[in-house]
Amino acid sequence: MSVSNSQQFTELPDGPMPKVPSGIQGLDQITDGGLPQGRATLVSGDVGCGKTVFGVQFLVHGALDYDEPGVLMTFEETPAELVQNMFALGFDLKALVDQRKLSIHYVHIDRREIEETGEYDLEGLFVRLNYAIDTIGAKRVVMDTIESIFSGFSSEAILRAELRRLFRWLKDKGVTTVITAESVAGHLSRHGLEEFLSDCVIRLDRRLSEEVSTRRVEIVKYRGSTHGANEYPFLIDHGGISILPITALGLNHDVTSERFPSGIDRMDAMLGGEGFYRGSTVLISGTAGTGKTSFVGQALEAACQRGERCLYFAFEESPEQITRNLRSIGIDLAPWREKGLLRFSAARPTLYGLEMHLAQMHKCVEEFEPTLVILDPITNFVMAGTQVQVKGMLIRLIDYLKSRKIVSLFTSLTDGGDALEQSEAGVSSLIDTWILLKFLETGGERNRALYVLKSRGMPHSNQIREYVMTDHGIRLLDVYLGPAGVLTGSARYVQEARERAEAVRYQQEIASRERELERQREAVERQIAGLRADFEAKQDEFRRFLNQEETRDEVRREDRQAMARLRHDIDEREWAGRRGSRSEGDGVR
Amino acid sequence: MSIREDETLELEQELGGPLFDLRLYVAGQTPKCVTAFANLKGICEEHLEGKYRIEVIDLLQNPQLAEGDQILAIPTLVRRLPTPIRKVIGDLSNTERVLVGLDLRPL
Repeated sequence: MSVSNSQQFTELPDGPMPKVPSGIQGLDQITDGGLPQGRATLVSGDVGCGKTVFGVQFLVHGALDYDEPGVLMTFEETPAELVQNMFALGFDLKALVDQRKLSIHYVHIDRREIEETGEYDLEGLFVRLNYAIDTIGAKRVVMDTIESIFSGFSSEAILRAELRRLFRWLKDKGVTTVITAESVAGHLSRHGLEEFLSDCVIRLDRRLSEEVSTRRVEIVKYRGSTHGANEYPFLIDHGGISILPITALGLNHDVTSERFPSGIDRMDAMLGGEGFYRGSTVLISGTAGTGKTSFVGQALEAACQRGERCLYFAFEESPEQITRNLRSIGIDLAPWREKGLLRFSAARPTLYGLEMHLAQMHKCVEEFEPTLVILDPITNFVMAGTQVQVKGMLIRLIDYLKSRKIVSLFTSLTDGGDALEQSEAGVSSLIDTWILLKFLETGGERNRALYVLKSRGMPHSNQIREYVMTDHGIRLLDVYLGPAGVLTGSARYVQEARERAEAVRYQQEIASRERELERQREAVERQIAGLRADFEAKQDEFRRFLNQEETRDEVRREDRQAMARLRHDIDEREWAGRRGSRSEGDGVR
Repeated sequence: MSIREDETLELEQELGGPLFDLRLYVAGQTPKCVTAFANLKGICEEHLEGKYRIEVIDLLQNPQLAEGDQILAIPTLVRRLPTPIRKVIGDLSNTERVLVGLDLRPL
């Protein structure tokens, strides 16, 4: 052993450890680049954890994506079985074998056929492996499950020595190897050997908690490399394993001040005029029947109308039910679903574990690339885990969505008895914009009202606004403040009627005053006309008087002239003398 | 060392019993392999005189042959005939166990 260690030391290259991408989604992230190149990685796990899938996926991606042919040495399944089993996961092994990118070798060990006598080694295995590797120029090798050889031979000492030699040999061969091992009672491998010989150990695990099963993966060791230290949930479905290294994400999302309209103009007005921020987390909480889903529908429709993609995770109602119900307020989702702008993913919260939900949601988001993600409602997750777990999951989901600048819209059901500010999942601190819907019970009625409990980074309304659900969506009504607060329902109606009556009365008053004024104006004008008539009469009289005087004056002058003519005849000299003082004589007259 | 195929039937008829068709898989001339062959030869001469043939396959020269008989351990002796196939691994130093393995002696 000491010999091989010193050999390894001298062989180490100068730079950092070269790695090969595994092609398993998320694994390369938590291993900081992939599996150690030219070395052995042990994948340990219980029955049904996905060890074989791991190995096969490593080979398939190597062959398809990285031009690294692979050898699969299987000790448990025959090639025919394996090809069939993997086909269900979307791996076409037969095609790869035909293209000489993969070769599958089945090693059959049956102890009943074998008698041992004396010294032996496993050179036969080496020969086979070597032959397989050289035939297709393989860069990757998977041995599934190597410890099966322990069942075929009795001498554990020989097997241990040979296993050591195998690891050494694989390293010298320069192939990147994945070796699977069955974990037994907390140990990574049955014989406690492989994990020490491997440079990287990955543990797969499946746990049942409250009847809900979750698969997790953990990097137990990775010589010469940093790696994520947590357990990461993973799922196996079509496409194989995908791991979610969610907590690898930090709190360093880019933020944007771009807005995302809520679909209700008056709601946008309450939120600084433009709606939510992109990448923000919006919680709509309220008691049963307040119309949480309807608010969601409004935002959904508005987003689809702008041509944005929306992903709807429904945890309580089926997509058809939601579609039908939203149609009653005039929102038709069907065309958006047909156009591919809206995708539903409906599952009961208890269908599988929180981690699986998270994994599922990640996968959907990756595939669909929406700008709006809806979780309706988040409340029931508590059924699938504890409040701490739910919060943990939501933190990771929110982080993930934020990093992609996706608006997340959650609905949460609040119990009537609880304080309204308490959301069941305890996520209030994670929420950027929180809209609270409630019933106001006044005057023997329940009326719906909403207010913005908080909205980070924007001025928002402090008003409690009543809203009604109409055939054309949700309508926020005007604010009426009465002596006892906001007026809603029929109190509002009374107030509105009162205001209408007031308005009518006011109009009438104006009209009557106008008429009054008109009358006064007419009276004044009449008076003016009378006075003017008087004045004109006096003016006429005066003119007549003037005329008479002038006439009289004329007559008098004529008289005097006539008299003068008469006198001239009598005394011409006297007349001439009198002319000089005529004016004097006139003034006297 | 090996007996040609067309002689098999003749031999069986001559022998009036089953022919032991044995294959010894080796990987090069390692001490274990040499020992195994010597041991096998001795056992056969003693217990199966004239009723056997031995084919030695060197996997270093014919690695593709390892898969057919599912050879892992070296050396491996395979009793191909009479059926069923039996395998004895090791240097065949324990004659008793070899005889048990070849089904020549009950356990």
